[in-house]
Amino acid sequence: MTTTVTTAGGTAGPRADRPAPSAPALLRARRWLGRNALRIYGAIAFAYLFTPIAYITVFSFNDGGRSNLVWRGFTLKNWANPCGAPEVCSAVGNSLKIGLTATVIATVLGTMVAFALGRHRFRGRTATNLVLFLPMATPEVVLAASLLTLFLQMAPIGIRLGVTTIVIAHVMFCLSFVVVTVKARIAGLDPRLEQAAADLYATEWQTFRRITLPLVAPGIAGGALLAFSLSFDDFIITNFVSGNVNTFPKFVYVSAQRGIPAQAYVIGAFMFFLALTIVLVADIVRRRRAPK
Amino acid sequence: MAQDTGGDLHLRDVTKSFGTFTAVDDLTLTIPQGSFFALLGPSGCGKTTTLRMIAGLEEPTVGSITLGERDITHAKPYKRPVNTVFQNYALFPHLDIYENVAFGLRRRGAKDVDKQVMEALALVELPHLARRKPGQLSGGQQQRIALARAVVNRPQVLLLDEPLGALDLKLRRQMQIELKRIQTEVGLTFVHVTHDQEEAMTMADTVAVMNHGRIEQMGAPSELYEAPSTTFVANFLGQSNLVTGRRIAADADAVTVLCHGQNLQVPVSRCGTEDVDVLLGVRPEKIHLGGEAQEVAAGLNRFAGGIVSDASFMGVSTQYLVRLPWGQDLTVFAQNRGIGEQYPVGSRVTLSWEPAHTFALAGDATAGVESDLAVPVG
Repeated sequence: MTTTVTTAGGTAGPRADRPAPSAPALLRARRWLGRNALRIYGAIAFAYLFTPIAYITVFSFNDGGRSNLVWRGFTLKNWANPCGAPEVCSAVGNSLKIGLTATVIATVLGTMVAFALGRHRFRGRTATNLVLFLPMATPEVVLAASLLTLFLQMAPIGIRLGVTTIVIAHVMFCLSFVVVTVKARIAGLDPRLEQAAADLYATEWQTFRRITLPLVAPGIAGGALLAFSLSFDDFIITNFVSGNVNTFPKFVYVSAQRGIPAQAYVIGAFMFFLALTIVLVADIVRRRRAPK
Repeated sequence: MAQDTGGDLHLRDVTKSFGTFTAVDDLTLTIPQGSFFALLGPSGCGKTTTLRMIAGLEEPTVGSITLGERDITHAKPYKRPVNTVFQNYALFPHLDIYENVAFGLRRRGAKDVDKQVMEALALVELPHLARRKPGQLSGGQQQRIALARAVVNRPQVLLLDEPLGALDLKLRRQMQIELKRIQTEVGLTFVHVTHDQEEAMTMADTVAVMNHGRIEQMGAPSELYEAPSTTFVANFLGQSNLVTGRRIAADADAVTVLCHGQNLQVPVSRCGTEDVDVLLGVRPEKIHLGGEAQEVAAGLNRFAGGIVSDASFMGVSTQYLVRLPWGQDLTVFAQNRGIGEQYPVGSRVTLSWEPAHTFALAGDATAGVESDLAVPVG
């Protein structure tokens, strides 16, 4: 291809299909674009996705003082002392505590609901399916307002806004996601495996413990991770039903008005890289187990 | 538990209905201990339902199932000395091969399973795969592991639900031989469900042909083939030529049937009906094909005036279709022994065969034909 230009002058006789002198360069450019368009597009898409995360990561190293809006120089002191800003760590602690509690409750309840829906035919099964979708379909702010009203109504029986009400609210909206995730896994489970277990002398409990649960476990784990991230992230509902308890999203929201401390960026970046590590490790483990 | 004597399996008056559909209809069956028993029939004939009732995965609507002296009609599947090799193998994907095979032993509280597991794996010749996962095995290997997983428990009865259905022809032949070998080696009662008549005939001591939830005929494969008692069996097991006729005379030995102007003899023992209108049957390979001028020995049944309408050379034999004067095509297999004449299409021929190879049946000539075509055989 590169010889085209030199031979164009050298070859004798006119040839109708010979490209014009400037064409090869143009052709090369188009070919190059054709080969690399997808890569360029991919690079742009990833840049779009990761710019905010990169920004957070970079600014977690900013020697920014109270307001972390302008780059003032590199420092490790935010990472060395993530609890440096007032209330950051207590808010993160609350979020973790609430997230873990809500995740455990929602996962246990949701898994049981998923088994009931996936394995049994009963009156009201369709209605249950529909009702479970409602929290996902309802605007969060509406849910938040009605939950607040509900909890205030319950004040006479000793319900006060705080960690308990946040957990109740989080379990409510996490439940649907757990049910959907686990149910999908149960639907993909071959019932003949359980029949085979029963045929091989396993009682109902042993079949559940040895066959069903291990096979559904990835779905349950997925549901639990989803529940935790939803709970840890949630701001709208939490803000309504939390009373004076501070969570991490609430802390960030409140401090945004006077400048978010760099420590919040540290927590954010740390959470991201933690999640990334978990995903990578899980992937490596899976590849190790996969067929050679 | 596995050493009980008198461990015959009895099904008495067993009926299984799903809503208004009767899958198994008043079935009574005895399967002797240590035998290789095949339930053969087209899909939907109730053979798999019967198997599942023996396994305890379905409960009979009516009737009882006993194993030796023990009534297991309503026993839970895990309380029966019965194991199943499932159609799709149903190996546990999250456990390795070793743990799959050890599963039944461990559930019954066995502590040291190593010897038995490795023996079972040796029996199916795959001990080197013990630490693989089922997903890493080929279909044939999975099939053998499913067998090892069931056999290792030394059940009184081993149920096989079309275990070879998913394998290709060559592998299936090989597995048929291996299954038979293993059955002889371990001496268990095997109940094998299949829609493949060849598979049933080559492997089983006793074959029960099922249709519409009932047993049409039961017996040794050769008995079923040589003397089918219903048209369904005659058509489902191999091919049959069935010609309508009228019974006109009978003596102590033979029944004379008038078929399209020709008197034919049927031994009394091979006449399965008392009706006047009968179907006369003869297997294609029993018929001798002769030229029109050729002399037919006295005492043979014969049809004259046939015209070869199709001839397919298949190597070991030639399959002829012979159109008879009344318009019916009969099938004839002529073995390629190198001494017979070849008859091209259009030749005029006479068909003849031994009266002893003739059988007479009541009923519909096409029963079992359609089902045979609907199910891929071989």
